[in-house]
Amino acid sequence: MKLLEVKGLKAFYRQTQALYGVDFELEEGSITTILGANGAGKTTTLRSISRMVRTEGEIKFDGQDITGLSTEKVAALGIAHVPEGRGTFVRQSVEENLHLGAYTRKNKNDVANDIDRVYAYFPRLMERRQQQAGTLSGGEQQMLAIGRALMLRPRLMLLDEPSFGLAPLIVQEIYEIMARIRDQEKASMLLVEQNANIALNLADQAYLLETGHVVMSGESEVLRNDENVRKVYLGY
Amino acid sequence: MNRPNPITRKLAFSFAMLVFVGIALMFVASEYTAYQVTTALAYGIAILGLNILTGYNGQFSIGHSAFFAAGAYVSAILITFAGWHPYATLPIAAAVTFSMGFLFGFPALRLEGLYLALATFALAVATPQILKVDALEHWTGGVQGLFFDKPDPIFAGLSVDHSLYLVTWLVFVVLMVGAWMLLHSRSGRAIMAIRDNPIAASTMGINLALYKTTTFGISAMLAGVGGAFFALANSFVSPDTFNFFIAVYLLVGSVVGGIVSIPGALLGGLFYVFGQEYAEEFSNLSEMIPPPWVTFGVLLILMMYFAPFGIWGAIERGWARLKR
Amino acid sequence: MDLFLQLTLAGLAIGSVYACVALAVVMIYQATDHFNFAQGEMAMFSTFVAWALYQVTGSIWLSFLIAVALSFIAGIIIERVIVKPVENAPIFNQIIVFIGLLMIFNNLAGWFWEHTTKTLPSLFPKHGIESTLISTHNLGVILFTLLILGVTFCFFKFTKVGLAMRAAAANPDSARLVGISVGWMLALGWGLASAIGAVGGVLVAPIVFLEPNMMSGVLLYGFAGALLGGVNSPGGAVAGGLMVGVLENWARQYVPGGSELGLTFALILIVGVLMFKPAGLFGRVIIKRV
Repeated sequence: MKLLEVKGLKAFYRQTQALYGVDFELEEGSITTILGANGAGKTTTLRSISRMVRTEGEIKFDGQDITGLSTEKVAALGIAHVPEGRGTFVRQSVEENLHLGAYTRKNKNDVANDIDRVYAYFPRLMERRQQQAGTLSGGEQQMLAIGRALMLRPRLMLLDEPSFGLAPLIVQEIYEIMARIRDQEKASMLLVEQNANIALNLADQAYLLETGHVVMSGESEVLRNDENVRKVYLGY
Repeated sequence: MNRPNPITRKLAFSFAMLVFVGIALMFVASEYTAYQVTTALAYGIAILGLNILTGYNGQFSIGHSAFFAAGAYVSAILITFAGWHPYATLPIAAAVTFSMGFLFGFPALRLEGLYLALATFALAVATPQILKVDALEHWTGGVQGLFFDKPDPIFAGLSVDHSLYLVTWLVFVVLMVGAWMLLHSRSGRAIMAIRDNPIAASTMGINLALYKTTTFGISAMLAGVGGAFFALANSFVSPDTFNFFIAVYLLVGSVVGGIVSIPGALLGGLFYVFGQEYAEEFSNLSEMIPPPWVTFGVLLILMMYFAPFGIWGAIERGWARLKR
Repeated sequence: MDLFLQLTLAGLAIGSVYACVALAVVMIYQATDHFNFAQGEMAMFSTFVAWALYQVTGSIWLSFLIAVALSFIAGIIIERVIVKPVENAPIFNQIIVFIGLLMIFNNLAGWFWEHTTKTLPSLFPKHGIESTLISTHNLGVILFTLLILGVTFCFFKFTKVGLAMRAAAANPDSARLVGISVGWMLALGWGLASAIGAVGGVLVAPIVFLEPNMMSGVLLYGFAGALLGGVNSPGGAVAGGLMVGVLENWARQYVPGGSELGLTFALILIVGVLMFKPAGLFGRVIIKRV
């Protein structure tokens, strides 16, 4: 059974339709990426899973239909969404942000251990643990957002354009850490990215979205070598 | 000349009809009813002002009782201490309250939504206290207030109450027509544009400050004229009459009648007077029934859920649906 | 000098009540972006409930605690049932709902308990301290308010729920993404605000006497205090409330005609702050991006 199965997903912002029947799935323990240009519907796809937009169609997590749930219930199921723009709690401290990520968890000791684990992945966050999160740089806030998602002990992480607005070196650093997270935590990830190159490096499976439709899918290697994809999205 | 003429035949006809209906009704109404309707119209004029300010221009006021009081007191003072004829005081009351509103409009420019509501709330709560101040007691009559006579009948053979009703009705209809013309003119569109998207409006060249302060002035002026008629109808003013609750009553009338409408003001005024009367009779039926204002509070809340555009708004929407 | 000290201390006492109201106003504002205009009437109603309980139990403290608990629950229910339907509606609709609540509570109190003035005994013993500078009740008010504020501060800073409430207020979308039920956090905010309002009511009743219009002036001063201190800062709101209390007392004594113009003074304060320093003395300016 797939961890995530999406069939015939349509999404609407008021009267405007953004997704026109999208199908994809994700195996547990794998990383799947959804690529596409601006406005293709990538963010909308993630928001559909988190129940933040009106949808029609099927979304099954671990075999369970989640379309009737509220956003907070979806999170409680173990889906951690790192939103577009990071979604940092800017007035709270770094450590408070991490504690908030663990809101649904009961065991205080486990939570404390996990905070240490996050700091192990992101030493920069530990240096700034009491600092107000809004004063962190873009890259650090992205690290914090990922760290916060980890605090949920998620079965599935949804990541919305982690590379957005960040310098290439930072992007590389973050993606290296994400690879380590994948190896050590066995986390499944659904990664949405405009930067196709770096996403295809990390992901196992890939889908290409254009104006609300899936136009291509397959293993990352396949997409990477496809001539159209190379020209339009990879730049060579 | 491409500008549409706001004075249409329909408008002129409606104006004539309203005046006619008003006069006709007078013959069947008792003096007490005439008095009640006069009060309703006085409120209606003030509510019209509130509708223009909040419904059409988007500036909140939960303190219009202050301008209502000002108009009432200006009239009362001129009648009592300067011996003026009651109807002659109306233009002065209008001018004074227009200025008050216009001036208040300046600080209001800086305040948005909730904050403006708060400032007007403060104004309304402070009004009775200002009216009771010792230093002004000679003019305001202090806590006791001022008593004076109702205006003499304008035609012989008419009772005092009927005559006052007639005058109030005529003024009300004229003001309604004036409001209609204003709102259907280029200025009216500017006023509404400011409500819908102030930033877009200003980039289109609309002078926000001028329009907003002037609208505030007009709105306050209408409240003041309404207040003046209210004073005349009751031949009495006192500070505690014009407390914050008057502002609430105006709001209720506005909301129930339909805040983005002109006829709604008439409905609102009538609702305030007659709705209250029936609600009081209803609550007197049994000790188990709560006082009118509890019911009205519930009504206000329910209207916000189900009919935020009031009775007139519901009528307009129903009509639009029928036509489709 | 004695007079000045007496005035200042009395000002701090009434200011503590304003601080409670200011805190309740700010809590709801921070969580929901609403000014609850009905806060005063709700607090007044709670105080009447305390009075009614006192008639039955004879213990002012017991009545007080029950009334506060009931207010807490009522605040939660009101938010979930009455406020929630307009939570995404235009601001005007929300304001009207609050005004509706105001009318309901004001008139319900008048209906249940009539408009005669009632006396509510002080929570604090009559002959606690012998001092000409300050009455026992006033001293009790100041200390008790500080206690409440301290507890509230600790709640928000050190508990998980307090953190969740702050997060839900600051960034509801992200809060949902970590599993926080934002709706219930709003309700909790209203519950706490109502409870604090009830505390303010019971503290002020022995000073101004209990009748249905008791709180309208107090609410205004509470708003003035909240604005003065900074409507985005709970600590600032409290400081603002205290300042308003003291300033009002000083004005009453030292400004000619000042004794009658308290509310006018509050009005001027409100309009002045809104115009010249909308963030208040201690608040942060929030910049809205267009």
